[in-house]
Amino acid sequence: MDISELKAIAKELRVDIIRMLTAAGSGHPGGSLSCIDIIVTLFFNKMRHKPEDPNWSGRDRFVLSKGHCVPALYAALAKAGYFPREELLTLRKLNSRLQGHPDRNRLPYLEASTGSLGQGLSIALGMALAGKTMKASYRVYCMISDGECQAGQVWEAAMAAPKYKLDNLCVLLDYNKIQLSGAVDNIMSLEPLLEKWRAFNWNTMEIDGHDFKAIIRSLDDAEKVKGKPTLILCHTTKGKGVSFMEGKWEWHGKAPNRDEGERAVQEILARP
Amino acid sequence: MAAKATRVAFGEALARLGGENPRIVVLDADLSKSTMSDYFASKYPERFFDMGIAEGNMVGTGAGMALAGMIPFICSFSCFVTGRFEQIRMSIGYSRANVKIVGTHSGIGIGPDGYSQMAIEDIALMRSLPNMVVIQPADGVETERAVEYIVRHNGPVFLRLTRQGVEDINPPDYQFRFGEGVILRPGKNVTLMATGGVIGNTLKAAAILAGKGVDAQVVNIHTLKPIDRKLIAQIGRSHGRIVTVEDHGITGGLGSAVSEVVAELGRGRVKRVAVEDYGESGDAEGLYRKYGLSEENIAARALELLQD
Ligand SMILES: Cc1ncc(C[n+]2csc(CCOP(=O)(O)OP(=O)(O)O)c2C)c(N)n1
Repeated sequence: MDISELKAIAKELRVDIIRMLTAAGSGHPGGSLSCIDIIVTLFFNKMRHKPEDPNWSGRDRFVLSKGHCVPALYAALAKAGYFPREELLTLRKLNSRLQGHPDRNRLPYLEASTGSLGQGLSIALGMALAGKTMKASYRVYCMISDGECQAGQVWEAAMAAPKYKLDNLCVLLDYNKIQLSGAVDNIMSLEPLLEKWRAFNWNTMEIDGHDFKAIIRSLDDAEKVKGKPTLILCHTTKGKGVSFMEGKWEWHGKAPNRDEGERAVQEILARP
Repeated sequence: MAAKATRVAFGEALARLGGENPRIVVLDADLSKSTMSDYFASKYPERFFDMGIAEGNMVGTGAGMALAGMIPFICSFSCFVTGRFEQIRMSIGYSRANVKIVGTHSGIGIGPDGYSQMAIEDIALMRSLPNMVVIQPADGVETERAVEYIVRHNGPVFLRLTRQGVEDINPPDYQFRFGEGVILRPGKNVTLMATGGVIGNTLKAAAILAGKGVDAQVVNIHTLKPIDRKLIAQIGRSHGRIVTVEDHGITGGLGSAVSEVVAELGRGRVKRVAVEDYGESGDAEGLYRKYGLSEENIAARALELLQD
């Protein structure tokens, strides 16, 4: 898919995210909006997957380690045809398959159940290691968040992936600089962040995570690298697309009310 | 009758006690605005430490501060802090470090966030450590008194708190008696023993039972460890029928604690009302109905116990 199509899908899915969260009355808009452009590029440009055959063993895997941002993933899965779009509005309701955080038992198209931060990268590492061991050709993509990088387990996984030369593993770090209760820099700074990953022997890249051209190029480049996993540090804006949410920790874990939701949708639709 | 969440009462009490005891320090893991430790943080910023989303390190740091003579409260959602069990067993339990572990957002009652944020194994885990005290207060005033007690208690404590509001069940002049169950309603046919946020539904169940001619006693168990053996023995000597009620998994919580004592004494029978699966997203009321914590189900289980 070309860039103008990806842009149009991202716009549509931003609206879906707002509608889902408004209907649910709770959830995490900020980090869902910051990562949606990357998720759209993965699902509609990069990854090999077959919505009509979701269990296809050769599919590329996507692990959303920042599980609280699963509305972005649900929106992409529905758009790709995994399940009907109407189901999106059941988010967080009793008996829904669309749990507040990913539950792969209820919704089998999710590769991992996440929601406790810090664990997804290890699971992705395991999938990549299995791929190498079984000589399978799939690639594994893992999306992690910045606050999440404060968790020690992330660095345990970071240490292990280069040891096993997992060039089939590509991590996208959604660097929106805000976590639950404030700026990452104030709570527990990660800087110098790119240098940390580099020091752990990763192939590293740094891009604007809202620039589709840059996202595509970095994913293509990552696929060419041999003998090392890749980390793409994606500079993003928390709440991207809705001015009153952008860069605000207050919109980390709060759903818009009906009026705020409507204003958000209008603004998303009005942006170029 | 204010419906105050016990995490709010905790935050207020801690902020007050911080002024009285300079050895109190508070650690949190990017959830201070949810655990309500930020009340303390804004009054005593020099004694508050946000450790980031790194609960394992918070456990160890808390242990170190305790071993250096301070009284650390380490706070997070209960699933995340008690989930660092290995660090807790070594650095706090085995090291006999005077750390107060505060787990908020316990149980399926948190609602829409779903299982990943629900602690329903935390009582089981913490109860398994020999020197760990486990307390779950039922309302605002009990939380305040319990926090005061915890500061005085020398040794590790796990304090389990709710996200959602809970009705006041105790009088304003309530006295907290460590290790003792509180009889909220007298009754001679069956005892409903509950802990934490489900006490409201348990009292309603007693009312349903009264309508069917069953006189149910209701007991609030705020101290899960050590459990009130004396009270359980006393019930064993009278009608001997206990229904336990908790927003926690069926294994290892209040029901297990009571059953262990009943089995050892060889007197009485127990039915456990608790969560029997992983939780899920939903509204709290709907979840309580689906997972058997509604007043109707509690009453039905009590009737079963009376009939067998
Ligand atoms: C282990 C763990 N601790 C705490 C939480 C609660 N929590 C949910 S989201 C969040 C903040 C996440 O911030 P960040 O990682 O920066 O994500 P993003 O900004 O992309 O939303 C926290 C602390 C959690 N889910 N898991």
